Amino acid sequence: MRARNYFVGAAFALLAGGMAHSALAQDIKIGEINSYSLLPAFTEPYRKGWQLAVEEINAAGGINGKKLVVISKDDGGKPADAQTAANELVSSEGVAMLAGTFLSNIGLAVSDFANQKKVFFLAAEPLTDAITWSKGNKYTFRLRPSNYMQAAMLVEAASKLPAKRWATIAPNYEYGQSAVAVFKKLMSEKRPDIQWVDEQWPPQGKIDAGPVVQAVAAANPEAILNVTFGADLVKLVREGNTRGLFKGREVVSFLTGEPEYLDPLKDETPEGWIVTGYPWYSIKTPEHDAFLKAYQAKYNDYPRLGSIVGYQTIKSAAAILAKAGSTDPEKLIAAAEGLSMPSPFGEITFRKIDHQSTLGAYVGKTALKDGKGVMVDSSYKKGADYLPSDAEVAKLRPKD
Amino acid sequence: MAFYVVQFLTGLASAASLFLVASGLSIIFGVTRIVNFAHGAFYMIGAYIAFTLTERLSGAFGFWGSIVLAALAVAVIGVIVEMVLLRRIYHAPELFQLLATFGLTLMVEDLVVLIWGPDDLVGRRAPGFRGAIDFFGQNIPSYDLFLIVLGPVVLGILWLLFQRTRWGVLVRAATQDRDMVAALGVNQKWLFTSVFAVGVFLAALGGALQIPRDAVHHAMDLRIIVEVFVVVVIGGLGSIVGAFVAAVLVSELNAFGILIFPKISIILVFLVMAAVLIVRPWGLFGKPEAAARKTPGLTVNPWRPLTSNERLAALAAFVVAAMLPLFAGNYLLTVGSEIAIFVIFAVSLHFLMSVGGLASFGHAAYFGLGAYGVAFLAKMAGLPMIVCLLLGPLLGCMGAAVFGFFAVQLSGVYFAMLTLAFAQIVWSIAFQWVSVTGGDNGILGIWPEKWAASPSHFYWLALGVAALVTVALRAMVFAPFGYALRATRDSLLRSEAIGIDAKRIQWTAFVIAGTTAGIGGALFAYLKGSVFPDNLGISLSVDALVMVLLGGVETVSGAVIGAIVYKALNIWLVSQTDLSKLVLGGFIMLIVVVFPKGIVGMLEMLAQRRRKSSPPGSPLLAKPIESAE
Repeated sequence: MRARNYFVGAAFALLAGGMAHSALAQDIKIGEINSYSLLPAFTEPYRKGWQLAVEEINAAGGINGKKLVVISKDDGGKPADAQTAANELVSSEGVAMLAGTFLSNIGLAVSDFANQKKVFFLAAEPLTDAITWSKGNKYTFRLRPSNYMQAAMLVEAASKLPAKRWATIAPNYEYGQSAVAVFKKLMSEKRPDIQWVDEQWPPQGKIDAGPVVQAVAAANPEAILNVTFGADLVKLVREGNTRGLFKGREVVSFLTGEPEYLDPLKDETPEGWIVTGYPWYSIKTPEHDAFLKAYQAKYNDYPRLGSIVGYQTIKSAAAILAKAGSTDPEKLIAAAEGLSMPSPFGEITFRKIDHQSTLGAYVGKTALKDGKGVMVDSSYKKGADYLPSDAEVAKLRPKD
Repeated sequence: MAFYVVQFLTGLASAASLFLVASGLSIIFGVTRIVNFAHGAFYMIGAYIAFTLTERLSGAFGFWGSIVLAALAVAVIGVIVEMVLLRRIYHAPELFQLLATFGLTLMVEDLVVLIWGPDDLVGRRAPGFRGAIDFFGQNIPSYDLFLIVLGPVVLGILWLLFQRTRWGVLVRAATQDRDMVAALGVNQKWLFTSVFAVGVFLAALGGALQIPRDAVHHAMDLRIIVEVFVVVVIGGLGSIVGAFVAAVLVSELNAFGILIFPKISIILVFLVMAAVLIVRPWGLFGKPEAAARKTPGLTVNPWRPLTSNERLAALAAFVVAAMLPLFAGNYLLTVGSEIAIFVIFAVSLHFLMSVGGLASFGHAAYFGLGAYGVAFLAKMAGLPMIVCLLLGPLLGCMGAAVFGFFAVQLSGVYFAMLTLAFAQIVWSIAFQWVSVTGGDNGILGIWPEKWAASPSHFYWLALGVAALVTVALRAMVFAPFGYALRATRDSLLRSEAIGIDAKRIQWTAFVIAGTTAGIGGALFAYLKGSVFPDNLGISLSVDALVMVLLGGVETVSGAVIGAIVYKALNIWLVSQTDLSKLVLGGFIMLIVVVFPKGIVGMLEMLAQRRRKSSPPGSPLLAKPIESAE
């Protein structure tokens, strides 16, 4: 199949001379950067997601008749390397916009690069509030619900718990710090009677879970906020289960319901945690059904949250490019501000005020089913409902 | 009270895991003097293979059998690596083996993802050790108790092995004086191989035993390798008892430290190491290294300034490089700037390592301090770019002055590890002091002013500074200061006997190298427009080491070529392939085997051989492994 395409291409090139080249140059290119080698557990499904989106877009005739091409680069988890990649994409490949990134500091590095070089940047995954607020700039948009939004969704459920003594466990870097800070702030506003009795800050990726669990248990909290994920979460859950930390205590946990982090826990999944996540097995909406069917048909695998993020990143980029009808960054910004589009989670809008999308998240409880962790009683929380008022946002964000 | 007992026991369990891996590293280093960067990789493979086996074989026998089988399998891999790779390079300059094992580590990280997939794997719990034991209302996992017993048992077995067997006697003898053991007719080849096998077995066992409490994933190696090194150094290199005591010390301090300072884990081991090394320069149980009998390999190619032809060639190369903007696009120019900056960084470390004989494992600290210096001046004081570039590196200079003072009191690997500790302390300050440094979100928006903003202008700036720095450091090598520094490297005793104040000379060299690295960092901040704690991190320090070793540690300016080759290849591979680590690691291992003196070192040797048309085979290559230093 591919060989035939090349053959056809070569024949055209022979027939039309230079025309074939100029036809290629008319493709619309998106430069995509992510931490493929550092975080394969998240970025592999993510890659599958955006590849599906590219396929669908081109099958439907591309962007205003032009073929969409995504050029993807690995940043190895380093901000400096992400900028090298961004520079290559912009300077050598001549991409119309940048997209992607996972880690907050890399997202910020690329957003600063975009601001400096006047390139449109659609941040896919970084959760830091800074990227749209304190360090926001006019060239940067962000897809995923931010730290603040996820904290607000969890607080809504957590504030209804009777627990008054709370402890926190979070990885010791910006994501963990700001997740805890926002959660504490919002929680204390709703429930002034709450006491924060202990906090643990294990280094990201290096938790020594035994002593941490023991230390939290010693403070005797009634409820625990967890922000660790990945391998740290596994260790924490295993130690916590064995040592009975979670027995009789409520746990509220960021991201734990995402298949990337929930599935490895298998039969050790703790039950009854209030989590944000992605219960792909129980979402019954036409938009999601269509996505799920297409994804499973193409990959014979179930989607992770990364798949949704990758898919919607490129879908959003395509929608913005189509509306702008141009690759001029100023026109792209104008097109993106306030643009609404469908997504597997329903309609989303890129807000004009802070360039944050209103993509939401599912909040539910963890449970064990057939030796596997699942999310139950889950409901979709629209992103728009969990953002501060426009007046507050305006104060948070520097003027362009 | 029960709580403190349980916390203590929990700390002991952590210590046992740490000790298993650390003891292996300690034995390997003690005998072969290899800084085995791949030790973490063997630990990780042990965990992966054990995971696969425990999923297939059921029952108690299946589980424990799998653990032992996995460790044995990895030991076999270790033997193959030692025989095929390391055996060829025992005669190479010190630390060159680090390069080989670094290449191996890179490859393994990609290979495990290819073989086992990207997901985190969670293995079975150990049969019979699933639950916890109640201790006055506190739960202690029974697996922890198993580990607490296992640690001392392994220590005891190793002690018996070393004290009561002939093999152990030889290993201890070789740890103390390898040349003497060789002179007595012991077959070092097999001694080294067997020691490497035992060390790798212990690492893999440590990894396999993590299955019931950890997730198996592709970054396990990096998580443990540095910590293990630190434990080995705190205990004293080559001392098994020392490794055990250090593991207990570090784990207990962590277990109780987090009760008072929950954020201490991130830096604790490095604080302990710095404190121990300043008070006891050879670790808790280590002995002072015996004075080296011979000058390490440096007499083969006496250093000399460039001949006039070579000067012309260097000038021509510089002119060609300066003409790059005539035909290259913006991307290539920016990559060119980055390479030029890394040339500065690499030659600064090279100056310390090759001329001063002081291998720093934490050189990125001064690079990063230079970058942060610029960031502070530009963002907080709002100074113009040229002033920032001139003053920013002073932060690197100050850091080097303070840390260098303590570091040069030590030598060899202890020096290296103390520099690493200082670098990590600086890194954690940058990471934690969010209100000033922005934490890991860094400081953004440090872009060059108009006159340097275009890629070609910035490239010329970086290239010019790199050339200037290289020439200046080279000139210093052949100045009286350089001769004095080389004297302290070649023989501390003799240099002191002729009245050279060795420590002061070395300290000065440290400050020069640190300041130069700071210049590189200052330019880097403007190139990227931002500064992150990454700029001070371990991986950058390792990059610098790799560049120097790749170029050739025994050369005068090999680091220039090393930096260009490594950085260009790295950027190109990351851009072109998803398996960049696999390819890069393979390339490094190939270079190590083909060019055991580094790229420039090898070229120099070939040139010299041709000039002399001397008897075939240099004395260095012909030197049998028995006399490996």
